Amino acid sequence: MSLAPTGREPKSMPFDGDPVARLRVPANGASLKLVRRMVREAAEACGCSEACWRDIVIAVDEACQNVIRHAYGEREQGDLVVDVRREGDVVAINVVDFAPPVDTAAIRPRPLEELRPGGLGTHFIKECMDRIEFREPPPGAGNRLWMAKTIG
Amino acid sequence: MNCEIQDRGHAAVVTLSGDVDLESSPKVRSALLDCVSVKSAVVVDMAGVSYIDSSGVASLVEAFQAARKTDTSFVLARVSEAAMRVLELARLDRVFQIVTEVSDGLGHGD
Repeated sequence: MSLAPTGREPKSMPFDGDPVARLRVPANGASLKLVRRMVREAAEACGCSEACWRDIVIAVDEACQNVIRHAYGEREQGDLVVDVRREGDVVAINVVDFAPPVDTAAIRPRPLEELRPGGLGTHFIKECMDRIEFREPPPGAGNRLWMAKTIG
Repeated sequence: MNCEIQDRGHAAVVTLSGDVDLESSPKVRSALLDCVSVKSAVVVDMAGVSYIDSSGVASLVEAFQAARKTDTSFVLARVSEAAMRVLELARLDRVFQIVTEVSDGLGHGD
């Protein structure tokens, strides 16, 4: 994938685990199909069942949407990186963006009892993955969401 | 993603196929709201939905709420396994009327 012309590309993404696949794409809706395809292939390569990779795909897609809609929003444009790794019996995914740092304390799922459109993405991520953490982003990046799921 | 509308007189059958995601869900939202505003019954055939995200689910919820306001029947039919997983995650499998055949959502005489 093309690198940003801003020179903000981190020299490396020194994350834990064995690298399986990584994709850098413009953070917009048109990129999400490619992201989902890559994540599915990578999770399958790690030995995930269909039920397992489907959940991972849902979580990564929603995490990327949060980057597009909230981290960058309507006023900013940039790339996002999806990095898939294997850590023992776990698939770990880092979603990295180059947007201004977000207030992670403000991100929480809404109560499902409220029947209204929207606000489901964060709930889906929590339901589909075993662990989710905002971790220190690599130099030059803005935010890094780390998610993990046991291969099953 | 494909979104086809079949006119069945008082009812409309909206057939969705492919990935209903951030890019395609505005088209689905618009089609569903249009149908709900003019028909007394709307059936969404979801057999061909390979993926649906939170924005696609939001489109279904918005149409469902609009239908309730106008006393329009709003039914999901033949929901694919992939789509059902997402409806279950959102606990919406207990909110939407879900049927196994399109004809079940059209009522008598169709």
